[in-house]
Amino acid sequence: MHKTRNILFNVYMGAFLLYLFAPLAIMGGAAFNDNKLPSVYPWKGFTWRWFADLMNDQVMWTSFRNTILVALAVVVIAVPIGTAAAILINSITGRVRAVLYGVMVAPILMPGAVIGISTLLFWNQVSVPSGLHLSVLGQVSYIAAFVMLLVLARLQSFDPALEEAALDLGASHGQVLRRILLPHLTPALAAGGAIAFFQSIENFNVTLFTRGTSNTLTVYVFSKVRSGITPTINALALMLIVMTLVAATWYEIGRRRRARVEAAREAEGRRAAAAEEM
Amino acid sequence: MQDMLRRYGSSLTGAFVALVAFWLLVLVILPNLTLFEQSFRPYLPVVDVGGPKDTYSFNNYAKFLNNPVVWNLFGFEVTVPVHLKTFLSTVFFSGVVTFITFLLSYPLAYYLAKVVEPRSLPTLILLLFIPLWVSEALRAFAWYIILTFNGPLNAVLVGIGLLDKPVRWQNGVLTAYDAIVIGLVYTYVLFMLFPIYGSVQSLDRNQIEASEDLGAKWWQTHWRVILPHAKPGIASGCVMVFMLSAGSLLVPSVLPSTSSNWFTQTIQQWMLESQDWNTGAAYSFLYILLCTVVVALVMWLFKVKLSDIAK
Repeated sequence: MHKTRNILFNVYMGAFLLYLFAPLAIMGGAAFNDNKLPSVYPWKGFTWRWFADLMNDQVMWTSFRNTILVALAVVVIAVPIGTAAAILINSITGRVRAVLYGVMVAPILMPGAVIGISTLLFWNQVSVPSGLHLSVLGQVSYIAAFVMLLVLARLQSFDPALEEAALDLGASHGQVLRRILLPHLTPALAAGGAIAFFQSIENFNVTLFTRGTSNTLTVYVFSKVRSGITPTINALALMLIVMTLVAATWYEIGRRRRARVEAAREAEGRRAAAAEEM
Repeated sequence: MQDMLRRYGSSLTGAFVALVAFWLLVLVILPNLTLFEQSFRPYLPVVDVGGPKDTYSFNNYAKFLNNPVVWNLFGFEVTVPVHLKTFLSTVFFSGVVTFITFLLSYPLAYYLAKVVEPRSLPTLILLLFIPLWVSEALRAFAWYIILTFNGPLNAVLVGIGLLDKPVRWQNGVLTAYDAIVIGLVYTYVLFMLFPIYGSVQSLDRNQIEASEDLGAKWWQTHWRVILPHAKPGIASGCVMVFMLSAGSLLVPSVLPSTSSNWFTQTIQQWMLESQDWNTGAAYSFLYILLCTVVVALVMWLFKVKLSDIAK
């Protein structure tokens, strides 16, 4: 009975992956269709034209640069804020902690459009004009919460006695932070930075309301989709998907190699233990 | 707090507190207070701001109840304000999206957590993550291509004889929101899958085996053992998907039908087309209320804490 069940599950898994990837493949395929409208059907012949158009699209390149700059700024601001928040929340207890935690995670649950609008209105009150700097601040307000949650999870496995020992041995406060706590948090900080970067690139709702007249990639794609579109967008999409696939494959190869090394080391350990027993 | 001072000294602790205060006060609390305050003020030309006409009122909120339209609800014709209709449609179809993503995700989450060979698990998870790295705008756009009148879906369905003639999918077959629901399910299904997977994974396999040994049917095991254990993950997934769907602006704008309207689009029209930021603020505040109610409802329904949901 488990056998039929497993076959059904495998079929479902396959169908689900097909469901996830087929739309991306269709979108990528349309980049090569010599048709003014982006579609794979009807197929009017193979062309590289849309990639050439994309390379010459100045607005797209400006948007691309803006997206990267905003994402880097978000990482630089959100990671320290999220880390400080995690350390703070980790060292207090009781009612204050619950309230503070609630305020910190609330922006994750808030609709992006509302974050964008409230950021725009607030800075407008203090006479700061809209623009990408407001997009950065708006994005930080919720992305910092993701960093906080990641760092907080990592802090659970931290042994505070290490800091005590360092202090007893005469380390300064700065050294305790730099040499004891931060090295332990490094994986969480790296993950937080990556998540902040990708969340920022993905962001549309906050950016749309705060951007002023500047464009980011998502806003540019959106305006293209609404105002008559050419397959240059498909060419862009295909390039982004291929970059993602290359990164994923590279990661997967590295992971498999590490797993193999790990397995070999374990086998070695077992052999050594067996030899000792004899 | 005492503990922090002892470990990191007054200047570092001060820096931590300052960073957190900047975040919570300047980036979160003050903007929301401004939103609240502005929502009660009229939209005026710059010269009149602060003048005698600039008084607090509920006028912006009252606009929510203007412009009644006839709405055909399951055969009954009711007259409701147009923005209330949009609001209710958004809530209803976001609920539909949440339900569909749950149905799609639960078997898969169970498969990943308990059935699949542990060796192939990391590869599968990586494969599932890839679509998440592709921008939401592009994922919605992919369905725009698929569902267009001269698109591949119609070509395939007519080709294999399931349809006699092409269908205008974007205008809706069942409701005006078909294409939007399809797009939202595709875009957000993984936000349901991963939390449920996380919570099913933490269930001890022995409990499932014990239930089977004691003669439970497979659906009894799921209903009585696995589902209750997965509750926090399900709650988390439901809140995430509902919020993301209701708050989405991209998908409803890329995959609209002639008569579909999402509440975020209404807000966007006030903000960017009418340039009436005050009414936009009032509508945004209504949206925050909706979110609070939904989160509270789910927490009460599933008996979970906020820290279980936001992970």
